[in-house]
Amino acid sequence: MSTQKLAAPELESVDFEPMDRGSFVLKGAIAAAAVYGVSAVGPLVRGAFAQGSSGDIDILNYALTLEFLESAFYEMALKETKLSSEVKGIAETIAKDEAEHVTALEGTIKDLGGKAVKAPGVDFGEAFADEKTFLTTAITFEDLGVSAYNGAAPMIKSVDVLAAAGSIVQVEARHAAVVRFSNGESPSPMAFDEALDMDAVLKAAKPFITS
Amino acid sequence: MTTKSERTGRRPSAIEKIAADPLSRRRFLAIGGGTASAALLAACGDDEESSGGSETSASTTESSTTTQEMKDKMASQFGEGDLGIVNYALTLEYLEAAFYDDVVKSGLFKGDDLALIEMIGMNEQEHVTALEGTAKQLGDVAPEPKAKFPLDDAQSVLELAATVENLGAAAYLGQAGAIEDPKILAAALSIHSVEGRHAAILNQLIGESFVPDGPFAKPADMDEVLKQVQPFIVS
Repeated sequence: MSTQKLAAPELESVDFEPMDRGSFVLKGAIAAAAVYGVSAVGPLVRGAFAQGSSGDIDILNYALTLEFLESAFYEMALKETKLSSEVKGIAETIAKDEAEHVTALEGTIKDLGGKAVKAPGVDFGEAFADEKTFLTTAITFEDLGVSAYNGAAPMIKSVDVLAAAGSIVQVEARHAAVVRFSNGESPSPMAFDEALDMDAVLKAAKPFITS
Repeated sequence: MTTKSERTGRRPSAIEKIAADPLSRRRFLAIGGGTASAALLAACGDDEESSGGSETSASTTESSTTTQEMKDKMASQFGEGDLGIVNYALTLEYLEAAFYDDVVKSGLFKGDDLALIEMIGMNEQEHVTALEGTAKQLGDVAPEPKAKFPLDDAQSVLELAATVENLGAAAYLGQAGAIEDPKILAAALSIHSVEGRHAAILNQLIGESFVPDGPFAKPADMDEVLKQVQPFIVS
């Protein structure tokens, strides 16, 4: 399915098709299956077909997967990349935040009666070669995280889960701004952050996921 | 010297404690009962909560009175439903845009700092334009408030900018659950995270944490937000 273009210069031109959670997950899963094969997205498809509150759990598991990815990325960077003291301090703060997002999302999924996905296998390639490469990859992850939450949030049914997602996405945006600034880039390159659907996000995250 | 949290008057967040304490994670879902601002989020979804779990329902019921009061207040000041929220956001964006306009003209900043402030100001102006258009579609557009900001020196201006941005981000977060139209919610979210970006950088510039609330940003309700900006509104 096509990406919803929410990063419009004017709100009235925001091209956003309201979907229920089931179809959001289902559309993303079908599109992802076409690219990566059905086995990769089986759990998401099953969830999307199920009725009831499963949609929120699927969205939370989707968010959890991204948080696992981010969390692993910063943890490894702190071990493998030679960072200046300023960037190291930033990476430590972000690593802690992402780890707490993982814990909170796992707990929430469990509390909703769902089963939390496991941490994916990861491969960040040459991302840890030096500080510059680390920052560039961090920017990719943080901007992607913002777009993923912003894209999924309107599909969340529970206001409490929505509040939690909103609370997390603001922190992701703060991370994005700081890693951008550290890399000499604009902290907020656009007046409206882009929202991406699951297909686009999974496509962007895929190169870093090995299983 | 007051701390940022004192200045913005935000409450400690239940969600923050939950992350630190695995035993209280269950309350992650019940944050609606934790703060007045989150309570606004919780009860506005009543009509959609057909098969919600018992925990969620409990927190929703508990906070419904506060929420109704807050909804009524917003309706009388800014308009009903989504229009009220859009006009409330627009009022904040008017203030932000005017602030940066004044700061740029003040001559207090030059070079990279000026460029950053101009960039943020342009973002805010785009938010104003977009929200005006949306409010016009929904009904009456809120009037632009006349504002005056203290522009004494660069440091205090940066501190005020940081306060305003953190407050703005918290204000959007405080309304997310109350927005009914998913298109408007999507748009508000796309502005919310940009306000978060601004807040993070300004915090960093004044030597404060870019994540002052920790891993989970706190919302602010309309009352506390308006109280914070009131001193700058002339008429």
